[in-house]
Amino acid sequence: MEQSLNYQPGLPEPAAAKTSGIKRYLTLLLRSRTATFGFIVIVALLLIAVFQSQFATHDPTAQSIRVRLTPPAWMEGGDPQYLLGTDQLGRDIFSRLIYGIRISLLVGVAGVAISCLIGSTLGLIAGYFGGWVDTVIMRLVDVFLAFPFLLLAITFSVTLGSSLRNIIIVLGITGWASYARLVRGQTLSIREQEYIQASFTIGSNDFHNIVRHILPNLVTPIIIYSSLEIGVYIIAEASLTFLGMGVPPSIATWGNMLATGRDYLSNAWWLATFPGIAIVITVLAFNFVGDWLRDVLDPKTTYDI
Amino acid sequence: MNPDQPILQVKNLAKYFPIRKGIILQRTSGYVHAVDDISFDMRRGETLGLVGESGCGKSTAGRTIIQLYRPTSGNVIFEGTDLTGVSGSALRQTRRKIQMIFQDPYASLDPRMTVGQIIAEPMLIHHTHQGEQAKRRVQELLDMVGLATNYANRYPHEFSGGQRQRIGIARALALDPSLIICDEPISALDVSIQAQVVNLLEDLQRRMNLTYLFIAHDLSMVRHISNRVAVMYLGHIVELAARDELYENPLHPYTQALLSAVPIPDPKVRGKRQRIILEGDVPSPIHPPSGCPFRTRCRLAKDICAQVRPENREIRPEHYAACHLV
Ligand SMILES: Nc1ncnc2c1ncn2[C@@H]1O[C@H](COP(=O)(O)OP(=O)(O)O)[C@@H](O)[C@H]1O
Ligand SMILES: [Mg+2]
Repeated sequence: MEQSLNYQPGLPEPAAAKTSGIKRYLTLLLRSRTATFGFIVIVALLLIAVFQSQFATHDPTAQSIRVRLTPPAWMEGGDPQYLLGTDQLGRDIFSRLIYGIRISLLVGVAGVAISCLIGSTLGLIAGYFGGWVDTVIMRLVDVFLAFPFLLLAITFSVTLGSSLRNIIIVLGITGWASYARLVRGQTLSIREQEYIQASFTIGSNDFHNIVRHILPNLVTPIIIYSSLEIGVYIIAEASLTFLGMGVPPSIATWGNMLATGRDYLSNAWWLATFPGIAIVITVLAFNFVGDWLRDVLDPKTTYDI
Repeated sequence: MNPDQPILQVKNLAKYFPIRKGIILQRTSGYVHAVDDISFDMRRGETLGLVGESGCGKSTAGRTIIQLYRPTSGNVIFEGTDLTGVSGSALRQTRRKIQMIFQDPYASLDPRMTVGQIIAEPMLIHHTHQGEQAKRRVQELLDMVGLATNYANRYPHEFSGGQRQRIGIARALALDPSLIICDEPISALDVSIQAQVVNLLEDLQRRMNLTYLFIAHDLSMVRHISNRVAVMYLGHIVELAARDELYENPLHPYTQALLSAVPIPDPKVRGKRQRIILEGDVPSPIHPPSGCPFRTRCRLAKDICAQVRPENREIRPEHYAACHLV
């Protein structure tokens, strides 16, 4: 029984167990090849989107029937002027891809932001306060989730009319429900943790608990989920546009390119293939970075020099 | 303040949890009688052990006393103020002096906060210390609980169970409490660490004149630290006495059964005592038995036990038991 009180519990002093700081982020980033890839792709996309006119070789809307359906430059019949070929109206595919980045990123990020804001707020309220508020919110979530996402989006975009702004709003308000469900579940499990009770016993109130304990513990799942959702939204924009409910066909977007390219798959594969590859790479990049963020945001992840 | 006045008076405290059925129109279909009419006083500077099998309502009692759960009925009078009558910021202010140490040293510390942030949180909420001052106070508290002061920037997951429990103790001490509710603070720890934490608690009690309500699920754990011991069964306190009195002269058949299960090191004493095996399970707190809560498992039960609930009576000086047969 009588052991010394000043027993110093033997905590091994890890040589370089760093749990914060830019250096830790960088080390963890460079250590993961997929994350490095994702990071480079996203930064490159952002740069190209900002300086799109410097990168594009042609006006993305300029038509020229004379050169329609030119194959990519390295193929027989290709023209070095048109790196990735031209579409059925003779527009340069490479330049259209470049101009599509801005829209895809905008739709992905803004759509996710709107969904996340609405869904997380409602999910947090439902999970934290429970009772009839929870019941009402979650029934609404069920209704939204019972509808197929695209059907819902189509319904909204038919009502609102198709424009870039509307498609972002449509994706935002159709996608909130899955956020609400995710955040409610997480909130429920966090609020049952003893550290929330402990926080009450030291004098905190609901507001303090939400800001200091619930939200910080929600950040990781929300960021990971969002990084996956951005890809989903980019594809959803493409699908809506593909179905003729999205961005007006005159605007160059990956979705529009995919939609028209479909009709030419048998004789001009490059119309649909390049926007398809662009979507896949972008979605992957966000997923990789999301995976990496999960590790980085967890204080349990340390690194050794 | 009068030093003879009890620091805490618990009067006929009850906590029933409603059982809800239905999704939209929630109907209450019954109640879990987690704590049912318990009363006791606590003296300044003492340690009162609260013992009972798991599920008998010990944690609920502790949490209702500190008003984490609002009681169904009864009063909790702390240093003259009835906590059941205040709420909001007034309650937060009054109960600053009551703190709690939790059973699970893993779940009770926010994994996203550093040790320093965890210990400083009560000070920031109550604006007792700020900035550099708070930092210094954190180091002082770490030192008090036997942790190195440079641990403040570490995260809880880097520590062992015993070390985490020390962090929880430091947080509980941050506001200079007078009463600490220790909800099985050592049950989750390795046996080799338990004694260290108990010694730390005793040492802090001496230095800061603390009063402890020390919850445990078996009598051997509270024997060392308690001045008095209360035995709980199915939401009721069935016996309460000074420690030595209770261990030497247990009156309630339930206490006798619990004590017979405690290993005795001395073979001479051991030989004299018979092991009493408790038969059956603890009844559901949703439908507690009529009369005496223990009668369904009591080998001495008589008719009266099913009809009349036994009151806690002072059977020997300062020794209370709720049993018709003593
Ligand atoms: N928040 C709650 N809601 C409903 N029932 C509860 C709640 N907390 C505890 N109970 C029930 O109350 C009884 C006593 O639980 P508890 O106080 O945790 O017991 P102990 O700490 O002695 O193990 C148990 O039957 C338990 O299921
Ligand atoms: Mg308990």
